[in-house]
Amino acid sequence: MKTKKLWVVAALVLFSVGCKSKPKDENEIRIGEFGSMTGTEATFGISTHHGIELVIDEVNAKGGVNGKKLKLISLDDQGKSEEAQLAVQRMITQDKVHVILGEVASSRSLAAAPVAQRYKIPMISPSSTNPKVTEVGDYIFRVCFTDPFQGKIIAKFSAEDLKAKTAALLIDTKSDYSVGLAEFFKKTFGELGGKVIIEQNYVGGDIDFKGQLTAIKSKKPDIIVVPGYYTEAGLILKQARELGLNMPVLGGDGWDSPKLFEIAGKSANGSYISNHYSSEDKDPRVQAFVSSFKARFKEIPDGLAVMGYDAALVLVDALKRAKSLSGPDLKDAIAQTKNFPAVTGLITIDKDRNAAKPAVMLKIEDNNWKFATRVNP
Amino acid sequence: MKQLIQWGSFILVVAIFGWLLTEFVPDYYQTIIAICGINVILAVSLNLVNGFTGQFSMGHAGFMAVGAYMSATLSTLLLPALGFSGEMNVFTQNLLFFGVLIVSGLSAGLIGFLVGVPSLRLKGDYLAIVTLGFGEIIRTSILNIEAIGGARGFIGIPQWSNLYWVLGLSILSTVIIARVVTSIPGKQFMAVRDDETATTSIGLSTTRIKVRAFVLASFFAGVAGALFAHYYSYLNPSTFNFNYSFQIIAMVVLGGMGSLSGSVTAAILLTVLLEALRPLQDYTGVDLRMVIYSLVLIVLMLTRPQGIFGRSEVTDFFKKRRSRPHNA
Repeated sequence: MKTKKLWVVAALVLFSVGCKSKPKDENEIRIGEFGSMTGTEATFGISTHHGIELVIDEVNAKGGVNGKKLKLISLDDQGKSEEAQLAVQRMITQDKVHVILGEVASSRSLAAAPVAQRYKIPMISPSSTNPKVTEVGDYIFRVCFTDPFQGKIIAKFSAEDLKAKTAALLIDTKSDYSVGLAEFFKKTFGELGGKVIIEQNYVGGDIDFKGQLTAIKSKKPDIIVVPGYYTEAGLILKQARELGLNMPVLGGDGWDSPKLFEIAGKSANGSYISNHYSSEDKDPRVQAFVSSFKARFKEIPDGLAVMGYDAALVLVDALKRAKSLSGPDLKDAIAQTKNFPAVTGLITIDKDRNAAKPAVMLKIEDNNWKFATRVNP
Repeated sequence: MKQLIQWGSFILVVAIFGWLLTEFVPDYYQTIIAICGINVILAVSLNLVNGFTGQFSMGHAGFMAVGAYMSATLSTLLLPALGFSGEMNVFTQNLLFFGVLIVSGLSAGLIGFLVGVPSLRLKGDYLAIVTLGFGEIIRTSILNIEAIGGARGFIGIPQWSNLYWVLGLSILSTVIIARVVTSIPGKQFMAVRDDETATTSIGLSTTRIKVRAFVLASFFAGVAGALFAHYYSYLNPSTFNFNYSFQIIAMVVLGGMGSLSGSVTAAILLTVLLEALRPLQDYTGVDLRMVIYSLVLIVLMLTRPQGIFGRSEVTDFFKKRRSRPHNA
């Protein structure tokens, strides 16, 4: 009986700690961040968090924005969509944040976005690429490109850098990502004078692609585009080389995994993918970021860290320009972002609240990603 | 007449509490209260199977998922196709939601029946594994249906659920289950738990009794799922993985297998605990919530293995007092 009472008291104490509303300082700008700091996708959340932290510290060291210090409030969502929603609601109603940064995974951004929209608090996603995310409402932004946008980038690179005239497409028909990317590739490649001469389909989980590849071989295209994920892409690369198809094969960021090399082995060499950034990019902004990140966290920043960094940079820029810290004013300021020099290139927020920005093309050499070029949209 | 008064006072209480909470409590706490309510329904209904009937089911989140996705399909895809879309008056909206809740509950109940009939012939560990498997099958099936969002999740569900619904239904389902387990047919559940052979020997089909408990529990899980879907207005299959099932089991075990008061208390306690520990991150820097949560579970199970309430109820406490006034 006594222990029971003790537990009740303990629970009440904890709850009242949670209830205690802190006085809100008018001289700070509160930025909420939610991400998966624990759980199966913990590296995503932690990398992004490091990127954001770096910006906040840099800005505060220089005296903050318009004389106000930035305060980062980060909450863990454990990689669960319902936790993400609750965390965002907590940040808005309890911590009274002015703006929100998050999430990496599109599913959790999709869960949280309606809440931000309802309370009219702007939310910037660093790296959710699903087109549906920003369709939630006019308070939801992103600083990364969308899935279909990569199709455009790959087409531009193929036509202008590889001087390809004809292309073959191998599409995963069950995946939004693959279909969207292929559609935009076809459109842009056509506009640039190229022609898709053969289209073949597969379904994620397939193992044998020899039938499709033989059909492609008979048409002799200049390049093959495989907008899919690394498992199938790896097998396709391997089987293509076995069949004597030696033209370059191109893909999107879905290929970005060391598993690709495990599956494809040497066959992967000479292929290209589009991605958010490369740490080998000689651009001075990239190199400055990489060195300051390395100094602070003792590791080479991955793609998610740089996107977190850029999201925070875009936000700080908008905070400087905003008329006030109210949701609608901040939203307008973010929407007006134009040619902002971020690490991953000049970012412009378009009318659909997506970022129009350059992507990088990486070439696979000796089972490693080598920076090939930067492609502007 | 008596029933009319009971219903009237029930609706009045829900209306007053619902109004007080929505008017005077910050939104964030409202959400926590709503989650408590949904978890209460889940814990109480699972207790019917795990506590009162003595069958160990580990797939409760699966049935919740059926209800959640069914309700979302109805309100987001089917009803607009029938012409019910956009702004509608409060009355039609709530009437439609009531219909959606019932249909979702029934569909979860139906799936519960289909799962229960073959698997409830099994006992103990085997049943646990089979229900765990079925829960995952349900989730994986949803994951592969593109029309309801697949891995991306179901978006754009109308926010029809509110504190009135959650409070009302959590109280109602607790009362219904309490009535069921104290009724004569309800005693059969406990008979199966206490001695299956003896129950069979008096001519009762134990499988039939188990299926009955299982279907009823699935129905309420489905209703809870529908409330969940329309509160969050977003669904993702990964929410309904076996972790969620384990969380509900933890509530049932912690509260006491076979005690409804226990399930209600534990559901509220565990839900609030997770949220109340959030500010701790400000002091420690890292998220220690799951560590403390697990510690609380371990300590409670070591000090009170029968659960907070054991098999007793809050109402027993008052009854004992009345019957033994001089003993104290």
